[in-house]
Amino acid sequence: MSRLRASLTPYLLLFPGTLWLAIFFVIPTVVMLSLSLQSGDVVNGYAFTFNWHSYVDGISTYHDQIIRSLVYGLFSTLIQIVIGFPVAYWIAFKGGSRKSVYLFLLLLPFLVSFVLRTISWQFFLSDNGMLLGPLKSMGLVPQDFHILATSAAVIGGLAYNFLPFMILPMYVALERIDPRVLEAAQDLYASKVQTFLRVVLPLSLPGVFAGVLMTFVPATSDYVNASVLGGTSNTMIGNVIQNQFLINQDYPTASALSFTLMALLLVGIFAYARALGTEDVLEVAAR
Amino acid sequence: MTEIQAGPGAAVAAAPVSGDVPAIELDNVVKEYVSHGEVVQAVKGVSLAIAEGEFFSLLGPSGCGKTTSMRMIAGFEDPTQGVVRLHGEDVTNVPPNKRDINMVFQSYALFPHMNVWDNVAFGLKRKKVPDTEIKRRVGEILEVVDLVGREKRRPKEMSGGQQQRVALARALVNRPRALLLDEPLGALDLKLRQAMQIELKRIQREVGLTFVYVTHDQSEALTMSDRIAVMHDGLVEQLADPREIYERPASKFVAGFIGTSNLLSGTVQQVTGDTAVLALGASDRILIPADGALAAGATVDLTVRPEKIKIAKDQPEGDLSVVRGTVAEVVYLGTYNSYVVVLGDGAEITVFEQNAHDSTITAERGDTVWLSWQPWHSYALR
Repeated sequence: MSRLRASLTPYLLLFPGTLWLAIFFVIPTVVMLSLSLQSGDVVNGYAFTFNWHSYVDGISTYHDQIIRSLVYGLFSTLIQIVIGFPVAYWIAFKGGSRKSVYLFLLLLPFLVSFVLRTISWQFFLSDNGMLLGPLKSMGLVPQDFHILATSAAVIGGLAYNFLPFMILPMYVALERIDPRVLEAAQDLYASKVQTFLRVVLPLSLPGVFAGVLMTFVPATSDYVNASVLGGTSNTMIGNVIQNQFLINQDYPTASALSFTLMALLLVGIFAYARALGTEDVLEVAAR
Repeated sequence: MTEIQAGPGAAVAAAPVSGDVPAIELDNVVKEYVSHGEVVQAVKGVSLAIAEGEFFSLLGPSGCGKTTSMRMIAGFEDPTQGVVRLHGEDVTNVPPNKRDINMVFQSYALFPHMNVWDNVAFGLKRKKVPDTEIKRRVGEILEVVDLVGREKRRPKEMSGGQQQRVALARALVNRPRALLLDEPLGALDLKLRQAMQIELKRIQREVGLTFVYVTHDQSEALTMSDRIAVMHDGLVEQLADPREIYERPASKFVAGFIGTSNLLSGTVQQVTGDTAVLALGASDRILIPADGALAAGATVDLTVRPEKIKIAKDQPEGDLSVVRGTVAEVVYLGTYNSYVVVLGDGAEITVFEQNAHDSTITAERGDTVWLSWQPWHSYALR
């Protein structure tokens, strides 16, 4: 009896999560997949036709937005690495007894809704707002200078909104590095820079890897930043999908675009994991 | 071996080889930390001179300042005061990567992302040694530590003993002028530790390298060292060779920390010739070498090692220290029996009796026994 219970335990533990994902992820995904292959319109109803035209039309019409999304996602991720790594490094190695305070501060923005934060950025960046107003009145930037409705605003917003997801995994990886290992490197004639490049950086790569996954994917598929900060000429694929679903009610096209994006991201992630698989990265770094 | 004087506050010792420049010198070194707004002195003024080729141990309980002292030699800590010299050269402000010494860390501190070969080659690569020579030297040292064939293993795929040998190879391959070892055997089990003690000693003899060995394990220090500095509370309590430290402990602390010792105290009753007599009770007396310093009426703290004491049912004859007590505890320990005997004044004395002939024990719990030992086995403590 107890042996039976013991062998059932893993399944019992998995059951709630599996049920949740089955209902709220697997079923909608299957429904969407079927939708993407249907034809018709919202008035006369849709019928399953095994028709790929939604994919072909969607990609040929919106390939600009798809590419833009990937580029924005990429740039915002790079910015987050550059900004986030020093922060994670500082908290991990210089945070001392206040580490948890700094981590809390890092997560503090999450107490405010994602949309609200982005809208406050809109105010902050507006043409005569808190940032540009003073700069313009001091004559440091031309009167017609603007940030809103540019790619820079969208990329900046994405980088800002997802930054904690980049910093946290990098922090976890850096925090796990035994300070004695860094001393050992110095003891073995490595300068501070060499210690960083040969030991700290390679050991933090799994964290960077995780951080990239956790920020690139949501940044690429985001639509809030583009719609609040980006104006009309910087729309991302997320905005298109949202429009097709909620405004045009063209469910097949919206579903087809969703799956296209998903496929691109999956292929991208696997290629990335393959090219930068942590074990191999570490192997290279050891040279 | 030159005469060594040591004691709290006056920890100065000459290196055993006179004339040569010491390999490592600490000159009145002080290390202060600020902890919660308070200044804490981890090392309170230590001076040491470690000779070339010497196996030197820093021995003491945790918090005695031994690790801090070693870290100042390695360069990981800057002394608040004092000077660190390596081969006569002041290196007090030289960073660790510019010091020609290497350290074996307590937890090995191997690079987890590198395999054995890359770990061992790390130092040589930083020193820009040519590739062919790196290949040769790493190969050689892996042979010395018996790790040939395991070059591609990662540290986490190896046992504690193997990791320990990688750490040793990683330091030795650089042919440093001195090797610092911070409790390097602490994480190993007893059998392996004893094997590694012998191994380390062999390598040290063969390479002729100066070893500075930090440990809290007194038997390890006694087994391996040429000289030992016993540290306590940020100071060197005694600096001498193992025999001297064991036989003639300089302080109560050293006597208590090294091996088992019996601490007794008494008042000098009379001094006859070169022997002082201490009275403890009616039939008890302790004889102790007077060496001119003891006069009647003086109070003396003394120590006597358990294995020097004879236990008997009958009163012994002769010019011996003799005390009487009741056996409170008998423990059979295989090679010897251990007795705890309570004296009339409540003092406890531990006695070891070698099981040389048979396994019968001299006395049982509750028996009244006579303990005796030679006058020169009483050692007065300062």
